[in-house]
Amino acid sequence: MKGLENTQSFALKRSLSSPSNSLSENIFKGLLYVATSVSVVTTIGIVVVLLSEAIQFFKEISFVEFFTGTQWTPLIEPKHFGILPLVCGTLLVGVGASLIAVPVGVASALFLSEYVRGSLRTILKSTLEVLAGIPTVVYGYLAITFVTPQLQQFIPNLEVFNALSAAIVVGIMIIPTISSVSQDAFEAVPRELRDAAYGLGGRKHQVAMTVVFPAALSGFVASVILGFSRAIGETMAVTLAAGSTPKLSFNPLQSIQTMTSYIVQVSLGDTPAGTIEYRSIFVVGLTLFSMTLISNLIAQWFSRRFQERYL
Amino acid sequence: MQRKFSFEALFVKYCGVAAVVFSLGCLIVLLTVIFINGIPGLRLDFLTHFPSRFPAQAGIFSALIGTFWILVMTALFSIPLGVMTGIYLEELAKDNWVKRLIQVNIANLSGVPSVVYGILGLAVFVRFLGFDRSILSGALTMSLLILPIIIIATTEAIRAVPLSIRLAAFGVGASPRQVIWYHVLPEAMPGILTGVVLALSRAIGESAPLIMIGALSFVAFVPHHPLDSFTVLSIQIFNWVSRPQEAFHALASSAIVVLLGITLSMNVLAIYLRTRFVQRRGGD
Repeated sequence: MKGLENTQSFALKRSLSSPSNSLSENIFKGLLYVATSVSVVTTIGIVVVLLSEAIQFFKEISFVEFFTGTQWTPLIEPKHFGILPLVCGTLLVGVGASLIAVPVGVASALFLSEYVRGSLRTILKSTLEVLAGIPTVVYGYLAITFVTPQLQQFIPNLEVFNALSAAIVVGIMIIPTISSVSQDAFEAVPRELRDAAYGLGGRKHQVAMTVVFPAALSGFVASVILGFSRAIGETMAVTLAAGSTPKLSFNPLQSIQTMTSYIVQVSLGDTPAGTIEYRSIFVVGLTLFSMTLISNLIAQWFSRRFQERYL
Repeated sequence: MQRKFSFEALFVKYCGVAAVVFSLGCLIVLLTVIFINGIPGLRLDFLTHFPSRFPAQAGIFSALIGTFWILVMTALFSIPLGVMTGIYLEELAKDNWVKRLIQVNIANLSGVPSVVYGILGLAVFVRFLGFDRSILSGALTMSLLILPIIIIATTEAIRAVPLSIRLAAFGVGASPRQVIWYHVLPEAMPGILTGVVLALSRAIGESAPLIMIGALSFVAFVPHHPLDSFTVLSIQIFNWVSRPQEAFHALASSAIVVLLGITLSMNVLAIYLRTRFVQRRGGD
């Protein structure tokens, strides 16, 4: 049956992409080529735009100062362009958010895939996904008006703008990313593996923990990296909640600044094109783009490894 | 068979229960806080007034109209482009390195932070093409942002269309365009529509890219033209939240109720469209 499907599929591809003399057929195909090229051009556009302004930036600021400098003060004299404080703030929020989202995400994914059946599973999964569909500015509002005041009752020296409440709301935001990608991986583990474990007398929690989870490990890792990459790219919640004081410190109770919120801060201030401040947003953008791109490529590698094994 | 009591079994199970309850609890707390703070300020003149520095007179009229403009224009650009790309990848592209490169490219585009799309829009649409800080620049930027979501939804929907439908259509002499247009697309439409509506609801909620291209947050007029400057709901909310006064926070929560209302009703619309299509085609 599989062989027949393949032959049919091959025959179909031949007839779909066969040369045709009809004008309308060619116009149709031409439109499809043009549309597809847009996504390729977008990627090229992002890289060209970021790189061209970054090259101008590095004519004035040395690589060494940018990558090893410990002060980021591009908007006030004396200007310093060391990216480390922004990277530090970004990682603080990203790691903090993952500390919340990874345990919650993976536990609910394993629970939904192994313990819950039928329509309840679908309902719970899509309800959890509502968390990811809520606009990020709403999370920023909650961090400022709800999470921070509540936390201040327990932590008196918590600043009004702080990395902690930003990390909490970003963590809640990325729970669905981690849980739904993990859940897909757990559900894709072949039934034979589970049946074999049950046949040996394994109980549900043993099958879940010692068979399903290890088998889907690379899918789980992919979900964590995707969630982390989403957390470091998150913009509005951290801009509102985490403050705008770049600091090379890992204290979550203080106001910090992330790469994304620096970019927003500069663009709110109407900086003229061609200045070093204007170019700095492209350099920070390039750093952020590289970090998320590398994370996403690693995540794709992990999930491909998972698929090659089982699908 | 009587099973021995196992602490471990209970632990694993109730960790899962706790995690699901925690996530649902977050959702409930989030919605409750917003509705308690937002509902009292939700009067008719809040919807019909322009923003103001006096909280009592401020409203979201220009933001609502701006959101509508962005929504319609983004849909105009992104739906045809996304659906056509999806068709190309699933139906026409040969299985070679070009197709794989495009697929990897789209997967990575969907992971690019929204603020980076904002930088792209600022450099290309606002400065290079000279569209300035207009609705057109905003809608084009937003279209690029949601394009990967629409493409991925389209390819998944088309992949689910049974091979037999295509073979039957070819068998009675249909051309590739006719097979795709009259048979594959209608069959894939529910999946595509759901993806499109979800992508558009993301576009409504996003604010970072629009802040990057310089959408104004104090707009006391209604835009009449794609080249007019504008504001949208999410930016108006950002503006109000970032002020220290409590009165503006209350305005923000009322605006959030409106924003969530639009987003949630789009989700309901997606479900409705899906069931209607399934019924018309005789069900699955």
